[in-house]
Amino acid sequence: MEPSKRYVGASVARREDRRLLMGAGRFAADLKLQGMAEVAFLRSPVAHGLVDVLDIDEARELEGVLAVYTAADLEGKVESFTRPFYKNVDPEVERRSDLQIAPYRADLLVRDRVIRLDEPLAVVVANDRYIAEDALELIQLDIEPLPVVSDVDAALAPGAPEVNPDVPGNIHARFRITVGQPDQALATSPHRLTETIRYGRSVGSPMETRGVVVQPDPGRGTLTVWANNQRPHLLRTYVAEMLRMADDDIRVVAPEIGGSFGGGIYAEEILVAALARDLRRPLRWIEDRRENLGNARHSRDQIHRIEVGFDDEGRILALKDWFALDCGAYNPFAITIPYNTASHLRNQFRIDNFECEAVCVATNKLQNTPVRGAGRVVAVFVMDRIVDLVADETGLDPVEIRRRNLIPGDLMPYDMGMLYRDGAPIEYDTGNFTEQFERLLAVVDLEGFRREQASLKSSGRFIGIGFSSHVEGSGYGPFEGAKVRVDNTGHVTVHTGTTAHGQSHETTLAQVCADSLGVPIDTVTVRSGDTSLIPHGGGTFASRVAVTGGSAVHMTSELVKAKILAVAGHMLEADPRDLELVDGLVHPRGAPDISLSLSEIAQAAAPGSGGLPEGMGPGIEEQSFYVPPTVVFASGSHAAIVEVDRETGVVEIVRYLVVDECGRVINPMVVDGQQHGGVAHGVGNALLEQVIYDSEGQLLTGSFVDYLLPTATDVPRIEVEHQMYPTERNPIGVKGVGEGATSSAPAAIASAIVDALRPLRIQLNELPVSPAGLRKLIEEAESGAAPMSAATSS
Amino acid sequence: MIEKSVVTIRVNGNYLNAEADVRMTLADFLRDRLDLTGTHLGCEHGVCGSCTILLDGRSVRSCLMLAVQADGADIETVEGLASPDGELHPIQEAFARHHALQCGFCTPGFLMAVKEYLSERPDGGEAEIRQRLSGNLCRCTGYQNIVDAVIELVESGVA
Repeated sequence: MEPSKRYVGASVARREDRRLLMGAGRFAADLKLQGMAEVAFLRSPVAHGLVDVLDIDEARELEGVLAVYTAADLEGKVESFTRPFYKNVDPEVERRSDLQIAPYRADLLVRDRVIRLDEPLAVVVANDRYIAEDALELIQLDIEPLPVVSDVDAALAPGAPEVNPDVPGNIHARFRITVGQPDQALATSPHRLTETIRYGRSVGSPMETRGVVVQPDPGRGTLTVWANNQRPHLLRTYVAEMLRMADDDIRVVAPEIGGSFGGGIYAEEILVAALARDLRRPLRWIEDRRENLGNARHSRDQIHRIEVGFDDEGRILALKDWFALDCGAYNPFAITIPYNTASHLRNQFRIDNFECEAVCVATNKLQNTPVRGAGRVVAVFVMDRIVDLVADETGLDPVEIRRRNLIPGDLMPYDMGMLYRDGAPIEYDTGNFTEQFERLLAVVDLEGFRREQASLKSSGRFIGIGFSSHVEGSGYGPFEGAKVRVDNTGHVTVHTGTTAHGQSHETTLAQVCADSLGVPIDTVTVRSGDTSLIPHGGGTFASRVAVTGGSAVHMTSELVKAKILAVAGHMLEADPRDLELVDGLVHPRGAPDISLSLSEIAQAAAPGSGGLPEGMGPGIEEQSFYVPPTVVFASGSHAAIVEVDRETGVVEIVRYLVVDECGRVINPMVVDGQQHGGVAHGVGNALLEQVIYDSEGQLLTGSFVDYLLPTATDVPRIEVEHQMYPTERNPIGVKGVGEGATSSAPAAIASAIVDALRPLRIQLNELPVSPAGLRKLIEEAESGAAPMSAATSS
Repeated sequence: MIEKSVVTIRVNGNYLNAEADVRMTLADFLRDRLDLTGTHLGCEHGVCGSCTILLDGRSVRSCLMLAVQADGADIETVEGLASPDGELHPIQEAFARHHALQCGFCTPGFLMAVKEYLSERPDGGEAEIRQRLSGNLCRCTGYQNIVDAVIELVESGVA
């Protein structure tokens, strides 16, 4: 008899909480090493220009300054970035999508030409941060300005200035995906519409800024790097390559991480490691918020030009989309974001004829990199906006348009006719989108809402409801690993190659291990975020840890269990198949009075103890790596109810509902928390958050006074319902949950705003929308001056 | 030369003193001079609330004060919430019970802001609580579980 599953599926209390509540978590800025010095960067005050003067002499002389470096001082000490860190595109995807990517080089410090605002020009190392910043003031800098390319249109205009010398025509990358016969289907569609849809730039903006602490051991020639990075093993690879060291001479540790929401390898991380080695001193760099808002995790920023063919009943027959991603000066993630956009654009809808052409455009801005909902947030807004536009053109309720175009539940699994970035066909494996939407409608009581809406409208109040649906390819490969060990006290330790920044992995992965082994959860400890724990690790991104890490923990725990039973069988002179492991004790089946503890078994298995079966290696410890066949598709449907103040353009979210499907739920409390946080992130992206550069490439949103994050008064109460369609693509049936909610919230809110003001046709084709922006749209609609989407019928 | 000054404060019941540059912020003084790193710095311009502490019973942003301005003050930080034997404060217990923290970086600031709010013996509802919490930013939780924790604390009369 299998031990009953006691932990997976339960809201087990978080094991991370106690230290964090006591202020005892150790974040990067909390690390203090003997003899540690502080690092500060001189950053470019212009977006494009040639360095005329960069004089560090006076800064070097300041008392308390240990060193000042410019690009010339780095010669022979560290390499430049010469390849994207996320190009892993399947060759078949490359062939079928006519993919082109421009390779480029990015120096860690600017040599002579600045191509984005804030690009680092020099580094100061000083006894403390105050002195380091004093020294920055003493550096003489003169840059001869060059013309700035501040948006996609300017970048693609004939004769546009060159942004990056390695990027011809200001195009970092492009690809095209075709499914079915989009041109033919469009030509024969009874109705067509075209529209331009935009999504602004936002920042991941975790509450903790970036931080790097490096301890060199000059005697041994090794480095320990603490960095709040989502991928410690990848960072180790980069440090090793760029500092020309062996992987194993570098240990990268992710300490407590204060949120992250988007990954990447940054120049500062490599530089601090290189300078610590060079100076033979521990160094610490803690980013300030101005630096963070200008230098880390910018995302979204796309322009879509869509053509949609549909019939009288609102069925979408063809969709063609050309879109540009404002990529910034560099393109470290190759096509990760735009390919995500293309592969999630049709999300839950059945659109058999589809073409999507993506162009990654170079501008003099920070690079565009993945942030929670990478690429999908924009895709979902575009698709849901199309639903609203088709509703407007046909005069049908958007709810009806959704119903008529959703992939019916009885067609699952459903093949979308294109490849995912990993080369596997996009096939939605499990789920039921029509059921999900109907459940949402039932919970929200649509009919009741429509009555209330009509009644309020007659008294001059405008409430509206908007819907959004999404899918999320989660659990990207190529692998994740786990090491599981039972020590001599019988305690179980799990090591993984992932990191945590609020996702509760110490709890959820312990739940998986405890159930798979058959031990009490308080005898299991999960550790991760340290390259010394396990030789290979993927890291945390793409809503992948439950899927890939969870599966690895499960698989490895099963191996450990097999060994426990084998050793116990040897000790009890019993066939291991006749033994069971329940609550941390091994019994012969049906004989609970006879038992061995894990401690007894581990001691018997210790080297030299003689308690092992012939030929079996010592120790109760296994390590294995889970390789997923491809991603698994989680999904969700959201409804937002908003009230719009027509006079001021202020939007209040009155009610918010989520029906989520993420396969088997490991910990409902944690999953709901991810929904809450994801929706809140989406609320910010819809109504508040926008990175604004002016035409000279100057950042106008460099503080939290200008870049607005949602507060407790902006985010509504979020009601969460669950569907559960466990996947068969991994051994524990789970799908990812970290990002989906962020994908749908902006679109649902936008659609609700449009609904609140009907019959006025608000052309809400751009997010985020501020009160002033919405007032402008209302005025345009009222005066009939709104640029209507161009619709034609044949 | 940067002028230095000895700053004496009472922190979580203990009198402590250390030398600080007169330009050093109170947050840096607590973190770097007194090793009280539970107080976190999220923005250093007074918006995010992560560095919130109580100074003579009132919440302040420790990033916006100089250490020398706090000379002689009575300060409470997150490290002083739990009892010396490790028993969590009811506010900490409520946060854990409601899953009111994820990454935990903003949490110390919230805990201190909530402590001040509860000391006023509030009887307001959710709207008032959300208003009071709106001075602290959290990127992970969507605030809902923090709000629920505080509702419970208000209802149970914790001060």
